[in-house]
Amino acid sequence: MKISIRIQREDFDLNREVTMLAGDGESGAVASFTGHVRKEEDLSTLTLEHYPHMTEAEIARLVGEAGIRWELTGVTIVHRVGPLKPGERIVLVAIASQHRHAAFAACEFLMDYLKTHAPFWKEETRGSEHHWVEHRASDDEAAKRWQK
Amino acid sequence: MTLLYFAWVRQKVGKGEEQMALPAGDIAGLIAHLKSLGPNYAEAFADLSRIRVAVNQHHAGLDAKVGANDEVAFFPPVTGG
Repeated sequence: MKISIRIQREDFDLNREVTMLAGDGESGAVASFTGHVRKEEDLSTLTLEHYPHMTEAEIARLVGEAGIRWELTGVTIVHRVGPLKPGERIVLVAIASQHRHAAFAACEFLMDYLKTHAPFWKEETRGSEHHWVEHRASDDEAAKRWQK
Repeated sequence: MTLLYFAWVRQKVGKGEEQMALPAGDIAGLIAHLKSLGPNYAEAFADLSRIRVAVNQHHAGLDAKVGANDEVAFFPPVTGG
């Protein structure tokens, strides 16, 4: 399995990432998810902090788990950190496999687990106020449905 | 022992990282010790339902054992993705 996990401040190019992941023809299917900063009243900046080294290690563990559950040929995960504006891309999960079902399922699994396990924290700036985004119980519920 | 703090835990404690010479024990004991060090620690660890822990970069529980050479991180529930 071809694995690329990157934490970076810079933006990413979806087309380029998918080409690098599956352009060799080994995979018949790629499913990808891109998360963007949602526009909200007064929200000027969303700043992402993370735990260097653990973030990469934790995501690698989650990718390993996905590789056990589904037959995958490649996984690319890019997560941005630092200050982001509404509309900007935050995260990319792209999954390559021989057939679409595994790619769709693993993509959703990895997003659910990324949200509940990878050590990132979002801080919102609204006007002159800063506050940390609260963890959502609905994200825990989404991740729980994979525990069988 | 290396202690790391992230997000609002870092802000409440007032630093992101520190080294401490501590006897081996569990996370719950470590937190009790930290809370005795000052009001900043007491405030950061006031509500343990809002604190998550990692030992050597693996998620861990309050009963995890830690020793002198371990890296212990405290942070709020994660909000990435």
